[in-house]
Amino acid sequence: MLVLAWAARNAATALTARNMQVDFGFLANPAGFEIPFRVVPWSASDSYGYALLVASLNTALAAALAIVLASVLGLVIALMRLSANPLAAVLARGGTELVRNTPQLLQIVFWYIAVLQVLPAARASLSLGGAMFLNVRGLFMPAPQTPAFAICVGLGVASAIILPRLLPRASLLLGAGSLVLLTALGAMLSPWEVPALRGFNFQGGWRLPPELLALVVGIGIYTSAFIAENIRASIRAVPPGQREAARSLGLSPGRTMRLVVLPQALRTLLPPLASHYLNIIKSTTLGAAIAYPEVLQIFARTVLNQSGRAVETMTLVLGVFLAINLVVSTLIGRWDRRLQRDAR
Amino acid sequence: MRRRAGWIGAVAAVTLLPGLWSSGAARAQSIPIPGPTVETIKKRGQLACGVDTGIPGFAFQDSAGAWHGFDVDYCRAIAAAVLGDATKVRYVPTTTPARFTILQSGEIDLLVRDSTLTMTRSLQLHLAEVAINFYAGQGFLVSKKLGVSKIEELDGATICTLTGATLELNIADFARARGTKIGTLLFEKSDEAIAAMEAGRCDGYTDDTGSLAAVRSTLKTPADWVVLEGVISKEPLGIHARASDINWVNILYWVDTALKTAEELGVTKANVDEKKAGTDPMVKRLLGVEGGFGEMMGLDPAWSYRAIKATGNYGEIYDEFFGPKALDLARGQNKLWKDGGLVYTLPFR
Repeated sequence: MLVLAWAARNAATALTARNMQVDFGFLANPAGFEIPFRVVPWSASDSYGYALLVASLNTALAAALAIVLASVLGLVIALMRLSANPLAAVLARGGTELVRNTPQLLQIVFWYIAVLQVLPAARASLSLGGAMFLNVRGLFMPAPQTPAFAICVGLGVASAIILPRLLPRASLLLGAGSLVLLTALGAMLSPWEVPALRGFNFQGGWRLPPELLALVVGIGIYTSAFIAENIRASIRAVPPGQREAARSLGLSPGRTMRLVVLPQALRTLLPPLASHYLNIIKSTTLGAAIAYPEVLQIFARTVLNQSGRAVETMTLVLGVFLAINLVVSTLIGRWDRRLQRDAR
Repeated sequence: MRRRAGWIGAVAAVTLLPGLWSSGAARAQSIPIPGPTVETIKKRGQLACGVDTGIPGFAFQDSAGAWHGFDVDYCRAIAAAVLGDATKVRYVPTTTPARFTILQSGEIDLLVRDSTLTMTRSLQLHLAEVAINFYAGQGFLVSKKLGVSKIEELDGATICTLTGATLELNIADFARARGTKIGTLLFEKSDEAIAAMEAGRCDGYTDDTGSLAAVRSTLKTPADWVVLEGVISKEPLGIHARASDINWVNILYWVDTALKTAEELGVTKANVDEKKAGTDPMVKRLLGVEGGFGEMMGLDPAWSYRAIKATGNYGEIYDEFFGPKALDLARGQNKLWKDGGLVYTLPFR
């Protein structure tokens, strides 16, 4: 506490000596710049404060997608390494070593350039069904014009969670079925805007930019190697007697893994997994190197430079990451405590 | 007893504090020449000059690591004027997002880094926008394959640019004023932006016209790319310094003026010695033989003579890096006022 207080006082004296005052009023000023990719509406006359929100949502989106990719890929690689098939084991081992021992930023830039080189130009796009288009500017998808689709998908997800609890017998079928039905209903109810090539680019619809794709793939693959190692270690930590008992009960290796080993491995897996997730969230700042408009690039570069408020901007960016990470670590902590309780 | 002491202490603090504050302000109003920045430079023995990280024309390093360039020559001229030796410079490469924070923090004494002088930088960042050394505007470098000839035809295109500069703001203003929506892709360094542009990610690149000429020279096939006619903004590039030391700002301003006045009066690196011994009174005042202007700034009389001898006059500096043998960018607005350009200096009088 004393160190923090001393540091704060030091900063305050240094700032006053250079005639720079700490003042958060600049957040109300109009931004005057465009944000190339966002999930909420934005115009150049919106404020710096709103820019912080838009950029934070971009960060959260990239982080969420990367977490999902890293977890799924990590599980697959871990199972490949543990499998009896020598080819799978060798491939997994080679891939893990390569990815773990090279710098993360280089990997992200590699994916960006590799992705860019492979994709065709806008006028020669790969067309998927005449409605989705893939080119060097991104993946263009049709977008619903009204909220009907979003509402139906939301209802579908809710019913997929609630219905299995009401009727446990046919749970999987009911859950998946309701989700699919409601999504299809939503797709039919609202008109869709199909992207069309006009001038330089496709206009209309949703666009998934190559920057986001490269960032998610880069971070996801990098972290999946570490998660795979943690999963492998936690599977090894489950006493071998469990596996033998399961086999002697007649469970196949697949069902042993799914019903007996993995749930028990989860207990030792959660603390390091939480650290990996937090690292993923922080690593999204590397997106600034490949032009993904996340919070570091928009706020700690553009806004800092335009407003000159270095200390305030950096404090806000740190605050955003602290907030997101505390939420994630609290959620995982609760899950962890529940698992410990159930073990009794 | 302790309570009374505490009460007296509080009263003393309240009465003394305004006194301390006002005496500090009074002191600030009459900084003795040559001023704290020059004192720091002389004590350090080197001028700390903020330049670009590496762009042909303005500031770049050769294979031996030595710095050359239009902005670099300005640093050398100022070092020659203040310290007497053009080689006593520490070049600090600064990126677009970080350059003003580095200047505000005091790590560099001045920033001459193809940076635009604007109102925000003057009022909001509390910097002195000292002098313009390169008149430019924001232009566009696009692929010839697009088949566009005017900036207005770029509606809907995606242009790679740098973050933290006036560039993205001008594009947003252009969209609001003319309705021409140009999408941007923001990078930290121009090499990253160019790599993405050459990979086809964006349709072109935007920067001030000086930097565009520089960047075009680094492309794999410069003939495939064209700089569109016209500019969407004024970008007067020049010298920035902290506003707190007015004498340092004066020194920077008059070194720039000396270089331009030298071209106006025909004084070059080669003939400066013979001109100094000549009879023209304007030249004598420029080179410090008469007038005593150096002492008024806290420098010795030969300050401008040394600056011109180190780098040559403004025209010579421009020709060396942007002339026909280098990037071949027409002087245009950077010509002297009597040749039809915008370079018009205050007289040495």
